[in-house]
Amino acid sequence: MDFISILSIFVLACFVGYYVVWSVTPALHTPLMAVTNAVSSVIVVGALIAAATSGLSASAGVSKWLGLGAVVLASVNIFGGFAVTARMLAMYKKKERAPSAAGAGSKAEGGKA
Amino acid sequence: MMETAPPSWAMLSYLVSGVCFILALRGLSSPATSRRGNRFGMAGMALAVMTTLLLKAPVPAGDFLPQPTQADLVTLGQILAAIGFGGGIGFVTARKIKMTDMPQLVAAFHSLVGMAAVLVGWAAYLNPEAFGIAGADGIIHAQSRVEMGLGIAIGATTFSGSIIAFLKLAGKMSGSPIMIPARHVINLGTLLGIIGLVGYFTQDQGLWVIAVVTALSFLIGFLLIIPIGGADMPVVVSMLNSYSGWAAAAMGFTLHNTAMIITGALVGSSGAILSYIMCKAMNRSFLSVIAGGFGAAPEAGGGAAREQRPWKRGSAEDAAFLLKEAENVIIIPGYGMAVAQAQHVLREMGDQLKKHGVNVKYAIHPVAGRMPGHMNVLLAEANVPYDEVFELEDINGEFAQADVAFIIGANDVVNPAAKTDKSSPIYGMPVFDVDKAKTVMFIKRSMGGVGYAGVDNDVFYMDQTMMLLADAKKMVEDIIKALAH
Repeated sequence: MDFISILSIFVLACFVGYYVVWSVTPALHTPLMAVTNAVSSVIVVGALIAAATSGLSASAGVSKWLGLGAVVLASVNIFGGFAVTARMLAMYKKKERAPSAAGAGSKAEGGKA
Repeated sequence: MMETAPPSWAMLSYLVSGVCFILALRGLSSPATSRRGNRFGMAGMALAVMTTLLLKAPVPAGDFLPQPTQADLVTLGQILAAIGFGGGIGFVTARKIKMTDMPQLVAAFHSLVGMAAVLVGWAAYLNPEAFGIAGADGIIHAQSRVEMGLGIAIGATTFSGSIIAFLKLAGKMSGSPIMIPARHVINLGTLLGIIGLVGYFTQDQGLWVIAVVTALSFLIGFLLIIPIGGADMPVVVSMLNSYSGWAAAAMGFTLHNTAMIITGALVGSSGAILSYIMCKAMNRSFLSVIAGGFGAAPEAGGGAAREQRPWKRGSAEDAAFLLKEAENVIIIPGYGMAVAQAQHVLREMGDQLKKHGVNVKYAIHPVAGRMPGHMNVLLAEANVPYDEVFELEDINGEFAQADVAFIIGANDVVNPAAKTDKSSPIYGMPVFDVDKAKTVMFIKRSMGGVGYAGVDNDVFYMDQTMMLLADAKKMVEDIIKALAH
């Protein structure tokens, strides 16, 4: 791919990111940070390329081990990031619709549509 | 191996994984769709990893399935071990971490992305053939050198900056700003040095250039975050979030990988928008946050206001009585609630009040806590339904109808000086209009302390304010006991 095509993808993705992120509800900003952190570990792709190549030169050997190190770091992030996001999101619950002791505070059960 | 474009199936699957990441963020527009969004994210990541592994497996011409050699299997074993090891650490940490510690966890995770970017950049520098960025003579393309240099620089800055942010958030290092003399000159010099060297890197592929770029970038990350105080941490965490995205994007440019570029752009803009929201919620400019020093020593100007003024102290019983009689109660939680781990008892108090027919709502300021949305997570953890939790602009008009504004662990976000006192460091910051509520209950450890901004708060001395001086959790527990009577 030539530079201009890559740049086009990048610029358009920035715009997508801009509109998508503004639509995220503020209540979920912490999970947003956790999940963006997890997905930015897609850098693992680069780490895998380095780790998967065995070269003959000494520098290729070093490169391989650096790659493996990066795989470890990125994996911490991937598993940790998605797991902690899932854990947080599981906690967000809507108000139970079960008839609780409504009584005097009828407005209390109104909630937001 | 010369530069060969990856086969189209691989390009396509990287694109699909990029789209999965967009859907992952899109899902967060409401809690109802968020869990599905997270699964999209996982699927995208799995796809990206599988694609890369398959891409690297040797497929003889004309064959469909890869035929790995002995050496390939060893490599695969190493990679799986690395994933298992790292993944295990990540998974266990994610399961064990307390929700109150989320800001430092996120900071720590950012540092890992930064470090991974540095390692990948170095790996690409040392073995450019594997990444397809070198010419036949083993010389790396000039354009790739710039991308690689930028990736390493941003990654290293993210790493050291996040480490400092982590130490400050985890309380392992003082949260107050550390001011180095002439730091602006040093920072600017370092930054120019990095940019200059990345430019020079196109002329000279020498190891020393990239080594110095790496070292200077580690230094600037450290220098940038060290003068920033605890109150500005939400901005810092968001900013580092953004950096980790740009680092991934720069690496994506080096590797010509669409998944990395799309993700990097998404994460980069996400962090930037969060920083903007946080700055706006504090009425600070991004530059003034970066310049640092906020929340240092209390201003001398506040001295007059610090004189003894009359205030009323209430007991848990008084508070319980008024709360029970109230029709509308708005609870304003802040970082102090997180520190006291009072979110669970607070929800219990809310339940008790609802039984007495009280309409209970929670009001959250964008900068409450140490990262965006921190309070929302804590309330969710305590089983507070998310439709009882409101943002600043949605609820601020309701204080006039509120019988009680119940402030727990917040301070600056209810300070009316932000509206009236032009000399106040928090002037112009949007705050809750608690002064309009009939009664204000303010839980605070003692009268001595001030908020992070280091300013006195007129709310303490209002006629309708009842100061509840105790540990937040203890006080709420006492109120619950008193409500039961």
